[in-house]
Amino acid sequence: MKEVKCDCGHVNPIGTILCESCGKVLEEKEKDKKLLDMRYEGSARRSQTYNKTLIDKIWNFFSSVKVGVWLIVITLIASAVGTILPQEMYIPPIMPAEEYYEDQYGWIGKLYYDLGFHNLYSSWWYLILIASIGISLVICSLDRVVPLYRALKKQKVSRHESYLQRQRVFGASQTEDTDKAFTMAKEKLKSKKYSIREENGNILAEKGRFSRWGPYVNHVGLIIFLIGGMLRFVPGMYVDKILWIREGETKVIPETNGEYYLKNDGFILEMYDKEKDKEVFGEAIDKAGMVAKNYQSNVTLYKKQGDTVAGEEADLKKVKDYEIKVNKPLKFENFALYQVDYKLNELNKMSFALTNKKTGDEYGDLTVDLNHPQDEYDLGNGYKAEVVSYFPDFEFDENGEPVTKSRIPNNPAFVFKMFTPDKPDGEISFVAIRQTIEPFGDNEYKMAFKGIDTKNVSALTVRKDLTLWIIALGGVIFMIGVAQGSYWNHRRVWLRRVNGEVWVAGHTNKNWHGLKREIEAALDGTGIKMPEDQLQNQSEKKG
Amino acid sequence: MVTISSNLLYTAFILYLIATVFFAGSIKDKNRTKKGPNRWAAIGLWISIFGFAAQLGYFITRWIAAGHAPVSNLFEFTTFFGMSLVGAFIVIYLIYKTPILGVFTLPVAVLMIAYASMFPREVSPLIPALQSDWLHIHVTTAAVGQAILAVSFAAGLIYLVKSVDQTKQSKQRFWLEAVMFGLVCTLGFIIISSSFSASGYKAEFNWIDKNGQEDVLEYHMPALTGPHEGKLITEGKFEPLAEMPAIINAKKLNTVIWSLASGVILYLALRLILRKRIGAALQPLAKNINLDLVDEIAYRSVLIGFPVFTLGALIFAMIWAQIAWTRFWGWDPKEVWALITFLFYAAYLHLRLSKGWHGEKSAWLAVIGFIIIMFNLVAVNLVIAGLHSYAGS
Repeated sequence: MKEVKCDCGHVNPIGTILCESCGKVLEEKEKDKKLLDMRYEGSARRSQTYNKTLIDKIWNFFSSVKVGVWLIVITLIASAVGTILPQEMYIPPIMPAEEYYEDQYGWIGKLYYDLGFHNLYSSWWYLILIASIGISLVICSLDRVVPLYRALKKQKVSRHESYLQRQRVFGASQTEDTDKAFTMAKEKLKSKKYSIREENGNILAEKGRFSRWGPYVNHVGLIIFLIGGMLRFVPGMYVDKILWIREGETKVIPETNGEYYLKNDGFILEMYDKEKDKEVFGEAIDKAGMVAKNYQSNVTLYKKQGDTVAGEEADLKKVKDYEIKVNKPLKFENFALYQVDYKLNELNKMSFALTNKKTGDEYGDLTVDLNHPQDEYDLGNGYKAEVVSYFPDFEFDENGEPVTKSRIPNNPAFVFKMFTPDKPDGEISFVAIRQTIEPFGDNEYKMAFKGIDTKNVSALTVRKDLTLWIIALGGVIFMIGVAQGSYWNHRRVWLRRVNGEVWVAGHTNKNWHGLKREIEAALDGTGIKMPEDQLQNQSEKKG
Repeated sequence: MVTISSNLLYTAFILYLIATVFFAGSIKDKNRTKKGPNRWAAIGLWISIFGFAAQLGYFITRWIAAGHAPVSNLFEFTTFFGMSLVGAFIVIYLIYKTPILGVFTLPVAVLMIAYASMFPREVSPLIPALQSDWLHIHVTTAAVGQAILAVSFAAGLIYLVKSVDQTKQSKQRFWLEAVMFGLVCTLGFIIISSSFSASGYKAEFNWIDKNGQEDVLEYHMPALTGPHEGKLITEGKFEPLAEMPAIINAKKLNTVIWSLASGVILYLALRLILRKRIGAALQPLAKNINLDLVDEIAYRSVLIGFPVFTLGALIFAMIWAQIAWTRFWGWDPKEVWALITFLFYAAYLHLRLSKGWHGEKSAWLAVIGFIIIMFNLVAVNLVIAGLHSYAGS
């Protein structure tokens, strides 16, 4: 590997365009331009220097900002496509996705589904796009930050004449008393928070160099963020379960290894009330009809004590009472429970009376807990009812047989066998809501419907996300980096004596307006002429 | 309290209009002194500040009346956006002292506030998902970020008005005029819907929705496009010219057609009066401005606005989403469009920094960025609508 030695004696790495130390142009092709290309201080970037091996080629591909921008733009367009129709996770579960899209949106919907856009954000190609952006972030940053750091570290105060002349802000002028002018300018620059370096009577005033690291800091933040996103797929890092829990019920909280139990002490649904709530809401409430005010589950959290064998009742110790509301999840250990859904007035109990059909005499009531029915209800005096079959969510299948759609008691139906002193062999009766079938001819007795009891059900999301702190860390670092790069500017002002003249040059990575104002203020009264903005002069000549 | 609040908003609206006139006047003013802005601009600035203060008064009084920050529906959010835009303009103006920025920013803010008032304006109670301090934090920061980015749109527009050659046909001339036409259409929408609502137009239809359910639909503009199997039940009202299939929202389409039509008429009228393109008519305003300075203002606003937007629309949004919706990111359309906005401005910054996209290219990007922001505000709420569907009809 050959290195490039500049006239000033500094040895630069191969591929350097501007000498790290004095700023003299080393690369031929840069020599005839009127202004220097100051990006990355003309330092030697790996991607601009090597292009032989496969690794070089991959490196060069991903280190290109052009490629990076294309990746961003493609991701942007793809993301937009994903919002044309709702994603699969947001469609109502009334029919399979395959039918839903065509049914709701016609051929466009079918095409959307066939192209896989209904799950766009978890498609392999979308993930590859995101991953490529991640790789591009790493390589772009490494390719630039190291040489840039070197160049800024090695820069000396007295820059080469050609370097100063070809800065965007440059001017040469005569002064009567250069020493005095320099001292004055130095003081003024100091008061503007510039740090001053001097060498052979020349001055370099610099401030805000750390803003140059902003982009790299924010890229590091983004990479951490993306890593955090990837970690979700590691088993044990992420839990997303839903827990339906009835009022009065105690259930084990899923994914807690049976450690934690939750009791639902009651679900509360509140609506805004014109009479009770703020008067100003009246009009809005009238217009909307009903506006929800609060969804709340009052719960008690229990922790299991000691070990229990399967089947044995767990020994529970109360941890705390809590009111879970939207925006107010219950947190314990790494878990959080969120109020996400509810169901009002789910059937809970049904009461019947064993009744003689002719006389209407009743021989005792029974109440069936629809979630835990008993096999047999003894009514005393030789009367009893046996539950032969139970269909919590009853319907007839295509063969006309009674079946249950689910275990939730939406439409309970029973096959009772009624035993009475005069019918010791029992009579069979099929009882459903508003429907009684007597399969073996006329019965003497019936199970007369007496009433129902309902309960509310809360739906809680059980969430554990161990990646959150990494995501948060990435976010914080990103914000610091973005603020660092956006709200501070790296400014340098060079003052150099050349053959009895004073040369002033200025450079900033952005906000030239601000730099010029500062130079103007610093030179005011020193007798040194305000330098020109050579780029602006160029464009004004053109226009 | 609500009445005071509305009056303050109205005052602010009028003041912004007057300030625009003053800023325009300051450019036309012949006896301008060499250094700095003249008296017209100084008066314009003060009027803008008073307008901003009045709108701040609207914001505070409405907050007190409702008990929550008025950023909870489309009217409140868009008004706040308009206010932030004026605020951002004032700050940037104080740095760069360019009256022409006022001539372009304030009308956009005025349009925004007028557009906002086309939506239901009553103070509405918060649904459970919105009952959080993050409502104030997330929504206001996001809006301020977007408003600062919108200043770059105004600056970009100034750049293009000045730099695009109006004497010969070009793609640039066409698209610049298209942007102007878009702004005129917004004005058309505002004029047409406020005239119909002032006249109290109301026509009810019985119709069949896409699930085969019968429903009633109320139009506030004469129906050019009627709903699926719609039957007019209000007597003496306009019968639709065409009936739409059930999957198309005939009422919204109707509004779009009316807005476009009034936009076209308004645009043609303007062309007749001006006898030239709007872009060409505005060009003299930009006569004295330095292109490099406008370019820098546009870039600076993106630099200031981008971190604020990221913080409000992505980071705070994620924190709140984790609390309210159990997950920090869920690919809801509004979230995705915030990400798209973020990616777009990230691309803008990279193109500028590394590919040297300054000047005109950069100005076009600023215009596109604003279109994306507006799309997220208007289309995503009204057309796509996901979890952020507080928008209403």
